[in-house]
Amino acid sequence: MLSIVELDFGTPKSKSAQQITLTIDGREVSVPAGTSVLRAASEAGVQIPKLCATELLDAFGSCRLCLVQIEGMKGYPASCTTPVAAGMKVTTQNAKLADIRRGVMELYISDHPLDCLTCPANGHCELQDMAGAVGLRDVRYGYDGVNHVYAESRQPVPKGFGEITAVRTQNGKNPLFSAKDESNPYFTFDPSKCIVCSRCVRACDEQQGTLALTIQGRGFASKVAASQDEGFMDSECVSCGACVQACPTATLSETSLIKIGQAEHSVTTTCAYCGVGCSFRAEMRGEEIVRMVPNKDGRANHGHSCVKGRFAIGYATHKDRILKPMVRSKISDPWREVSWEEAIAHAASEFKRIQAKYGRDSIGGITSSRCTNEETYLVQKLVRAGFGNNNVDTCARVCHSPTGYGLKQTLGESAGTQDFDSVMQADVIMVIGANPTDGHPVFASQMKRRLRQGAKLIVVDPRSIDIVRTPHVQADYHLKLKPGTNVALVTALAHAIVTEGLVDEEFVRTRCEADAFAKWRAFVSEQRNSPEAMESVTGVPAAQVRSAARLYATGGNGAIYYGLGVTEHSQGSTTVMGIANLAMATGNIGREGVGVNPLRGQNNVQGSCDMGSFPHEFPGYRHVADNAVRATFEQAWNVHLQNEPGLRIPNMFEAALDGEFRGIYIEGEDIAQSDPNTQHVTAALTAMECVVVQDLFLNETAKFAHVFLPGSSFLEKDGTFTNAERRISLVRKVMQPKNGYADWEITQLLSNAMGYLMNYAHPSEIMDEIARLTPTFAGVSFKKLDELGSIQWPCNEEAPLGTPTMHVHEFVRGKGRFMLTEYVPTAEKVNAKYPLILTTGRILSQYNVGAQTRRTENSRWHSEDRLDIHPQDAEDRGIAEGDWVGIESRAGQTVLRATISARMQPGVVYTTFHFPFSGANVITTDNSDWATNCPEYKVTAVQITRVSQPSEWQQRYRVFSEQQQELLRESGATAV
Amino acid sequence: MTTQAHDSSAALVKMANDIADYFHSEPDRKLAVDGIVNHITRFWEPRMRKKILAHFAGHSGEGLNELARAAIARLAEAAKTSA
Repeated sequence: MLSIVELDFGTPKSKSAQQITLTIDGREVSVPAGTSVLRAASEAGVQIPKLCATELLDAFGSCRLCLVQIEGMKGYPASCTTPVAAGMKVTTQNAKLADIRRGVMELYISDHPLDCLTCPANGHCELQDMAGAVGLRDVRYGYDGVNHVYAESRQPVPKGFGEITAVRTQNGKNPLFSAKDESNPYFTFDPSKCIVCSRCVRACDEQQGTLALTIQGRGFASKVAASQDEGFMDSECVSCGACVQACPTATLSETSLIKIGQAEHSVTTTCAYCGVGCSFRAEMRGEEIVRMVPNKDGRANHGHSCVKGRFAIGYATHKDRILKPMVRSKISDPWREVSWEEAIAHAASEFKRIQAKYGRDSIGGITSSRCTNEETYLVQKLVRAGFGNNNVDTCARVCHSPTGYGLKQTLGESAGTQDFDSVMQADVIMVIGANPTDGHPVFASQMKRRLRQGAKLIVVDPRSIDIVRTPHVQADYHLKLKPGTNVALVTALAHAIVTEGLVDEEFVRTRCEADAFAKWRAFVSEQRNSPEAMESVTGVPAAQVRSAARLYATGGNGAIYYGLGVTEHSQGSTTVMGIANLAMATGNIGREGVGVNPLRGQNNVQGSCDMGSFPHEFPGYRHVADNAVRATFEQAWNVHLQNEPGLRIPNMFEAALDGEFRGIYIEGEDIAQSDPNTQHVTAALTAMECVVVQDLFLNETAKFAHVFLPGSSFLEKDGTFTNAERRISLVRKVMQPKNGYADWEITQLLSNAMGYLMNYAHPSEIMDEIARLTPTFAGVSFKKLDELGSIQWPCNEEAPLGTPTMHVHEFVRGKGRFMLTEYVPTAEKVNAKYPLILTTGRILSQYNVGAQTRRTENSRWHSEDRLDIHPQDAEDRGIAEGDWVGIESRAGQTVLRATISARMQPGVVYTTFHFPFSGANVITTDNSDWATNCPEYKVTAVQITRVSQPSEWQQRYRVFSEQQQELLRESGATAV
Repeated sequence: MTTQAHDSSAALVKMANDIADYFHSEPDRKLAVDGIVNHITRFWEPRMRKKILAHFAGHSGEGLNELARAAIARLAEAAKTSA
């Protein structure tokens, strides 16, 4: 079912610049060439009846309801499949058309149940609407004949009915009837209501690109089936919900819609999951969400979504949510529920006490990529202005900080260069260290659409991830490198491009620094950087590297998309610079279809970085030592600010263990689960005197906290998120905060209690302040966001509507700068004791530390983290599918169940980190990126063995965790 | 839950060495040392810089690789001049 507020124009919008004029029902209408007659009429306000058409999908022409008469054309063409032509004269309504349409509807309804009053689609059913639109009054065929509607057959199936006669009525059962499929927790498939319009099948093909659905059988026996007629849960379906949205009847309906009923209003907001930042319509009944429907006008997602954004929102009302503030003096004490006033006063007095005793720099704060820009901005302002130091960092430290550093060094701006739609102009797509079908599913669907159109694909990844080979997509090259050798590979690609004369010399000469390029050219040309020399390091055959380099350099528009498989390494920043080098050397930057595109992990990674969350930078990536910049903030904030960088997250841990860092305010971040070397993190937390956690749940970090401030969900506040394409979108409050305050209000309360006064009445005022102080945000306001839908920064006088493509005429830093990328092997070496490399990643159904998705039905797809092992490695160790496997690294050990997978390469094992008990980060080490301290999550030397019980850490964790739950229960903490 | 032995100067030495490893491929040695000095100045909190200088003075920069040592020596010099 489509959104209750969107008007569906029937077929996709044409992008043609050429206008065509035609006449529809005597009215002159002008539309872009390539527009269908159906859409042209709809745009002119003439609604032609339709069932199989929706603008989210290509025209199909099967329902025969949108027939029209066109002067000079024979018969009654379908208006959805007929493009407009100059001078065309169209009649949409006359007696003959009415007669045909009524006849068609009569047939549809003769095989459709008449339980409209109790049907979930009632009130927004396209079939019912069309019956009304065509004036259907009678169904002459009755309901006793062959049908898909009734479980019991009312009469024998007549002979001569093709294949159906073969399965003739047995024991009075109707062989054409299929029972409801309720296997998927989020939607129900009721085939008895299906009109076989194929919208679901086409949505799965065209929008999602999974091709899990099909029309099975022929003629009257045709029916929708998932995979080989399996239940939805057992099929290849990824539960994106595109089919549910596309269905014009109640055949595919959200379980929540069935339970609650139709929404009465709709609020446009932005998803709080990954960095794609899909725009959604929260369809509401009062303060209750009936369903989330992706916004067809959303420029990041164009009406598509995934299983997380559309369905996994139950966490916001989960019983585990904590709604009252709590305090305790020791982490072994029970929690004590207190008033907001007491909690805030206590936190402030503790912070002041610690600063008085240990110095101004002994406390700090952590902002989160899950929070809004306004919240993040306030936390860093609180730290810089209220705490009086620069000890503020964000979780981007552990994901994309190398992107910030690397792109700033080379291109001059710490952000991706394109919008997502740019991929539709790409001819060669290179995916490095990213798993878009799991991590950024909605963008992956768009990428797959482009690949199905014929774009070439190069995948650089240690594992055979889905995008390497998926329906109608096959990578041209999969460079299956050893984890930790990205720099060697990227430099080898550069070697091939330079030495084979594939450099775009004109681009480099006019757009880049000559000296730096000359130095880089000499460096990459050295024989030791050739694909042949690097083969033994990367494990990738040199010929493949050379072919891939040629394809990228000469195949037309080349676009690079990369993820945490690039950044989370000891040389993360070097690889980012290496990628920028490749784009500059081949002239693949500064226009549509090309560029350097970091796929950001969390919803607001880009925004949290933009907002000055890093200890060395004010909002807009300006160093704290820059006197002029600092002066503007000092004046605006009316306070003296430090000119030296503060502590980064890992430095905070070190300082805590040194006794120099004693208090921390953590908003929406779970460092005890997400950061590497868990035992080091928890030791640092234990060493602090006041840990204040602001979150929805008593997360892993909160188990070490002294003050818990309940946070609000993205549904409960106003603000903005900035996605991976620099797109700023409004987050809108659809319900009151269950905890009493939006998060920005809590930070403001804390700041005021600390003695630094803040007085914002609404987040829009915070954005106004950001715009005043940050040149790239100068033109941004809530009002403008509301008018335009979304804005890609920079948005200022030169670009009042924002900037989809960056570095068009010159780089932000002026000339592009090539940087040297010497391969330095990681210190994390395999040896006889630790012979395997563990690498980590994510899975579609779960998100980050899982705090949200684990509290939804998404766990039905992934209920535990498993260790993926290559069959050979498993056999060598006598490990079988499902066995418990102990994983030991230099940092620690844990136990997971084994999945034997040929996706792995020998010598490499893999796991996800969505469940705390898995302890994935107990084994990851303190190694980090040389430039930013981003942890090396992707490379840990390990040994694995078959075991029979959880690791010692896991057993301790379980005891500790149970103790903490008990301390929570003793507080009588209020659940939702 | 458990504590590990803690040696923050070892962590700083490793960080300095990692930075130096990046700049190692810079053919102009002065630029390489400048790069390290600049990086540490711009990204390290003052207490971290103080600690590595103390390690440099007290333990003759034990564990630092050659290029990192040159950079820390330069930082030590600068600290002396400004003091």
